[in-house]
Amino acid sequence: MATNVYMEALSPTMEEGRVVKWHKRDGDPVKTGETLAEVETDKAVMDLVARADGVLRQVAAAEGQTVAVGSVVAVIAAPGEAVGAGPATVPPTTTSGSGKRETGNVATVTAPAPVAVVPAPAAAAADATRVKASPLARRMAKEAGVDLKLVAGSGPGGRVIKKDLERAPSQGTLVASPAGAAVPSPVSRVPFPERSGAPYEDVPLTQIRKTIAKRLAASLGPIPHFFLTTEVDMERASEARDALNKQLGDQGAKVSFNDIIIKATAHALTKHPACNAWFQDDHIRYWHEVHIGVAVAVEDGLITPVIRNAELKSLADIGREAKELAERARNRRLQPNEYTGATFSVSNLGMFDIDQFTAVINPPEAGIIAVGSIVQKAVVVDGQPAVRRRMRITMSCDHRVIDGATGAAFLRTLKQMLENPLAMLL
Amino acid sequence: MASQFDVIILGGGPAGYVAAIRAAQLGLSTAVIEKEKLGGVCVNIGCIPTKALLHSAYIASLLREAKEFGVEAGAVKTDYGVAMQRSRKVSDQNSKGVEFLMKKNKVTVVKGAGVLQAGRKVKVGNDMYEAKKAVLIATGSRVKGLPQIGLEINKTTVISSDEALFLEKAPASMAIIGAGAVGMEFANIFHAFGTKVTLIEALPRILPLEDAEASDTLAKSYKKRGIEVIAGAKVKKGTAAKDKVTLEVEASGATQKIEVATVLMAAGRAVNTENIGLAECGVQVTDRGFIKVDQNLQTTAPGYYAIGDVAGPPMLAHKGMREGVTVAELVAGKKPHPIKYDNVPSVTYCHPEVASIGLTEDQCKERKLDYVAGRFPFSANGRARGTGETEGFVKILRDKKYGEIVGAHIVGGHASEIIHELAVARENEYTVEEVELAIHAHPTMSEAVAQAALDSLGRVVDM
Repeated sequence: MATNVYMEALSPTMEEGRVVKWHKRDGDPVKTGETLAEVETDKAVMDLVARADGVLRQVAAAEGQTVAVGSVVAVIAAPGEAVGAGPATVPPTTTSGSGKRETGNVATVTAPAPVAVVPAPAAAAADATRVKASPLARRMAKEAGVDLKLVAGSGPGGRVIKKDLERAPSQGTLVASPAGAAVPSPVSRVPFPERSGAPYEDVPLTQIRKTIAKRLAASLGPIPHFFLTTEVDMERASEARDALNKQLGDQGAKVSFNDIIIKATAHALTKHPACNAWFQDDHIRYWHEVHIGVAVAVEDGLITPVIRNAELKSLADIGREAKELAERARNRRLQPNEYTGATFSVSNLGMFDIDQFTAVINPPEAGIIAVGSIVQKAVVVDGQPAVRRRMRITMSCDHRVIDGATGAAFLRTLKQMLENPLAMLL
Repeated sequence: MASQFDVIILGGGPAGYVAAIRAAQLGLSTAVIEKEKLGGVCVNIGCIPTKALLHSAYIASLLREAKEFGVEAGAVKTDYGVAMQRSRKVSDQNSKGVEFLMKKNKVTVVKGAGVLQAGRKVKVGNDMYEAKKAVLIATGSRVKGLPQIGLEINKTTVISSDEALFLEKAPASMAIIGAGAVGMEFANIFHAFGTKVTLIEALPRILPLEDAEASDTLAKSYKKRGIEVIAGAKVKKGTAAKDKVTLEVEASGATQKIEVATVLMAAGRAVNTENIGLAECGVQVTDRGFIKVDQNLQTTAPGYYAIGDVAGPPMLAHKGMREGVTVAELVAGKKPHPIKYDNVPSVTYCHPEVASIGLTEDQCKERKLDYVAGRFPFSANGRARGTGETEGFVKILRDKKYGEIVGAHIVGGHASEIIHELAVARENEYTVEEVELAIHAHPTMSEAVAQAALDSLGRVVDM
């Protein structure tokens, strides 16, 4: 039986996709799992994968053509099967509604992640919100080890139904762990105190916090920013970096200043959990894990890939991961779960010779640091003039979550960490 | 100057009138064009009058057994003419009901034969009607018979259901050709009214689309009460005389001559696609004669949709009604849920009733599904024993791994009502476990559904 190839929702907000390139042509034999085409979504270029064996037929979307999610873009016919002349073109828009003669097993093409995964922070699985799913879907998900919260439902009101799970080719590959899937290389985990229960704690807003939230939001736009700037002496961090890179030798991965800043920020956040938080309308979510968003400039904008559990990772791991994510960000190859779920962000314009700037908070995060360039300056050290490498950091804070003294205390810890990198080992 | 509407529906049968009501509910100005009575075949010469006649037949057979239940009604006399008149009243009431619904929803009803025109227009006589949004083709189907066996419907000795519904008297003997839903129901009716019935089916078993166990149970039941059932039979020759018909029927290698007063052709339907201007508007038909439609039931001519029998099988009123709702919502800019064509219940209202949904066991085998069958006979059901309706069973076919209900088959009293528990279950992807977990009132026929679900899980209680 011929199987329709649909334009899939490859990102949570995707409504249409542009066919960048067909890897298979009309008449080519295809195997389950093979990439049929590259599709540009609103966020990235993703692969459209075959979910049936057969021969690609009736390719109805030309390269460069933008088609609505749910449209049939081709058909996979069984070898030798005669396929009638189907619609030559894909309508510009389709009603996702009445699929005539649609049975449960026709949806067969999907993103590289076999199940349509809703990007969620690593910890969202612990969220107690109710998942809408049919009993059959629940049973199938349980068997396959799929977290239903991560599956986009196509039934009434977003209910997850059998069809949504059938997109998965087999058990095992079904497991979509948003934290794990993003990291291709194994990550060495530094022992860290074990925590029980949810990876965060929801604290209801007190009356005074509610008032602060309301008043500041009214006075300063949706997010009431305030800014704190400090100048950091980077002499010892530079020495440490040189020593580390010498130690790493020709192993390839070099530690950058930015990696040190990410590590120090993550470490400082573990000491100042008040800054590692999300503003959530009627409560503040204090995260027990640190996921650092790293702003990366891409051709037509900016994206912030996330280094998960940065507080647990070694400098070398952070360096490798940051480099890999940045590269994929520039190639627009990031998966949705790789750019969502940060708890705090770092933006660095030091390489552009910017002394100091303010960064805009990425909601619902409550803070971001803006890092300037490292410059040699004449400063007074121990009562004597001296030339030192200095760097300015400006923290943007969401005043609904972080007060001036809270932010200042965090920034002081961060400064101390950078000025004495050995402190990170404590 | 054409009269303008948002939606014009050609045909006021189940698909058409339901589409009209839904369109009107969504604020669209709507017109229905109907050349005969509102309600179509279903209300006037199909579903509704046959159900009225079947109930008359049921009462007759009940009275014949009444003594056993401690009720003496004397000799049972039947009069098909009276039953027929009553069935006509029921049909008329229903047709008037549809008329009332059209008024209530401010749907304009145009009497006459409509012919489609290009530009989303329909011509009725000399009047032109124009649809701003869509034209819905819901012209339905009609009895065709099987002219290939040499028996043309002559409306006297060789009749179709159209004539059978208006007979003043039950004939002394009748051969019914075709043992699908129509043939089965008329065999039941006429047998109860004293006709000697021979039921002839070309395929190897009666009710050929149902599960084989359902066919077997019905064949036994019919034979037991004196209906002759010949399956796997070929009508080689038919000769219609003035007051009798002679059939040469070949079955199991032997040819027999059957002489009957009347032959009822209960096989073959044709869709009404002629003389309505399809080709002129660019509306194409499939090689099987149905109107060609896409996923949204839109025809090959943009702005023209097809719903109901003309849009393809199964030719069932409830399937057409759902298509009517779906297309009305689409035209109104809504996003209706896709129609699940694999979840359309199928019911034959003979006694015992036969109702099914999903796959038959043979289909499970053909598709090499890993399935388990759970069964429960009504002979083990307390309520069924009480009412003396112990014929039949509930059979549930479930997927072995997840318990998905892939098919369900019910033979028995009220099967047509009981099946919907399984339709709801399948629509919502409940497995046999959810069905079994729902507490079923005791004593009811529906308990057999829970027991069949349990049987499929290997833990039936009442057997």
